[in-house]
Amino acid sequence: MRKIRVLAAKPGLDGHDRGVKVIAAALRDAGMEVIYTGLRQTPEQIVATAMQEDVDVIALSILSGAHDYLFPEVMKLIKQKGMDNVLVLGGGVIPEEDIPALKAAGIAEVFGPGTNTHKIVDFIKANAKPRG
Amino acid sequence: MSSFVEQLQAWQAGIDKMLAKHPERKKQFATISGLPIDRVYLPEDPGQEYADKQGLPGEYPYTRGVQPTMYRGRLWTMRQYAGFATAAESNQRYRYLLEQGTTGLSVAFDLPTQIGYDADHNLARGEVGKVGVSISSLKDMEVLFDQIPLDKVSTSMTINAPAGILLAMYIAVAEKQGVGPEKLRGTIQNDILKEYSSRGTYIFPPRPSMRVITNIFAYCAQEVPLWNTISISGYHIREAGSTAVQEVAFTLANGMAYVKAAMDAGLDVDEFGPRLSFFFNAHSEFLEEVAKYRAARRLWAKIMKERFGSTNPKSMMVRFHTQTAGCSLTAQQPKNNIVRVAFQAMSAVLGGTQSLHTNSMDEALSLPTQEAVTVALRTQQIIGYETGVTETVDPLAGAYYIEHLTDEIERQAEEYLARIDEMGGAVSAIEQGYVQREIQEAAYDYQKAVEDNQRVVVGVNKFVVKEPPPTGLLRVDPKVREEQAAALAQLRSERDQKAVDSALAELKTAAENDQNLMPHFLSCVRVYTTLGEICGTLRGVFGEYQAPTTI
Repeated sequence: MRKIRVLAAKPGLDGHDRGVKVIAAALRDAGMEVIYTGLRQTPEQIVATAMQEDVDVIALSILSGAHDYLFPEVMKLIKQKGMDNVLVLGGGVIPEEDIPALKAAGIAEVFGPGTNTHKIVDFIKANAKPRG
Repeated sequence: MSSFVEQLQAWQAGIDKMLAKHPERKKQFATISGLPIDRVYLPEDPGQEYADKQGLPGEYPYTRGVQPTMYRGRLWTMRQYAGFATAAESNQRYRYLLEQGTTGLSVAFDLPTQIGYDADHNLARGEVGKVGVSISSLKDMEVLFDQIPLDKVSTSMTINAPAGILLAMYIAVAEKQGVGPEKLRGTIQNDILKEYSSRGTYIFPPRPSMRVITNIFAYCAQEVPLWNTISISGYHIREAGSTAVQEVAFTLANGMAYVKAAMDAGLDVDEFGPRLSFFFNAHSEFLEEVAKYRAARRLWAKIMKERFGSTNPKSMMVRFHTQTAGCSLTAQQPKNNIVRVAFQAMSAVLGGTQSLHTNSMDEALSLPTQEAVTVALRTQQIIGYETGVTETVDPLAGAYYIEHLTDEIERQAEEYLARIDEMGGAVSAIEQGYVQREIQEAAYDYQKAVEDNQRVVVGVNKFVVKEPPPTGLLRVDPKVREEQAAALAQLRSERDQKAVDSALAELKTAAENDQNLMPHFLSCVRVYTTLGEICGTLRGVFGEYQAPTTI
């Protein structure tokens, strides 16, 4: 079985990438293949990269408060492209009261500040569906 | 008589003269129990080593502070970073903060503004008004400072890539209030290098960005002489995960790159040097932080004097703003953050900061509520008015541990500076991804230390409790974008389009021909050319920065 492939992505204009880079390093140390998009990605760019790289997981990070708009936009495109097998996670400064709406849009789990990276690794291992 | 005794006498005479004009806050300073407090405490027999490494407050190498009387003369500026949603809502918050006793404004702009997109741009979707106020044109700026007299307040603006344009808007608003640019006091962050390495709101590639920055230095030296033309920022480097040593080293390396760029453009170091200012983080390692500010002061003074040949003491001084560490705040048990912030703020005061922002307890969750902001401001007021640490200059000097840390941070920062020099300076080191990788590695090491319980974060990996989700967080109405877009449509239909077109055409020519862009920014904003239109024109000439992948 191939390694789990993860796209770590920064949608929107937010420049805070400490968290996403730490998580990328932790996922790599846990044996996954990680591709990082870099900053300022539109939902269209993220979904296109995810298709091209044939990833199993997309990990979205936003600390600017734009998650309420951008996470559902990414999910809309994922559904349009029929990428139902891709596990999508969200992280960043995200108030708990926003989480139900994000989950309803299809985000599998949301990880807030202070989350242990092992928890994210375990979640991905339990829920990702690697192909091949 | 030793030379230090002479120096001390001259220093005392200078203070006596100064006090006749600007007396200290009190005639006599004493502890709560009545013990008298001297202005400054010195070793019993200060030798040459003391004179070289520490000196006297307000004198080279400024280890003990940039002013001779420090907070006995005046407390630091209590400056709370604020801004969200529309200009009208932010204006309300500023006026509230001024009523509550803040002494300076600090404007937070939203991300589209910081990256040079108007509120109605496609890439602004979801971001308008979220992390700061949305400013697309002079119209918004007029509302933002409505009824705030710009000759009375000093205003700091966290704006980098489009800093010159926002400064031009500020000058234009002041003109309408009848206040000339020579009276304006404040700061633009204008520090693009740390945007590439740590904060992410760059627009143009490094070389043209450095040129615009030197344009601003040159223009302000003539026209806006009291303005701090740059705030060379370690804050975001630290937030991105660096150590204290890296914070000092990478900040000063960036500072050296700006000085060199300006000198290469033909400016005299002491023409722009006095208006350089700095911005540091106040993290949780209390004593290391105190030492960090002292080390940064000493090292920069040496660099300006010995390397760049400055002869004006004002160019050698690190005057700095401090903000408590946002990254140290926890979403868990958020009230604990009040205590973290208080310790961090105290370290900045013991380190001799010129102005201070204290973070609010709820910032790991959302933008701060008014209640949280008020507690944060009160924290500074308690330090300033109740604790007594303000009554003598540099009170921790001479403690073995503090002096050891000060020396050690300086030494290790110098090692980094030597490495960056070998790479050709900060611009090259950033282009090669070196600075980014160093910061990233430090961030990951810290995270692993927390996860392995080598480092305790109260409420996160120890003393954890189950708690209900927080309520009453500040929300920005998503309708802000539609409102701003509608206002922009109206502005575009009402303004003199011919004037806008010709101002933009002149700007383009100036950008292509290496002219100073500041006068052109002013001509553009005065006729209500939008920020997005100005930055769009510059994008056409300069191109956009493509970040190297460093992981």
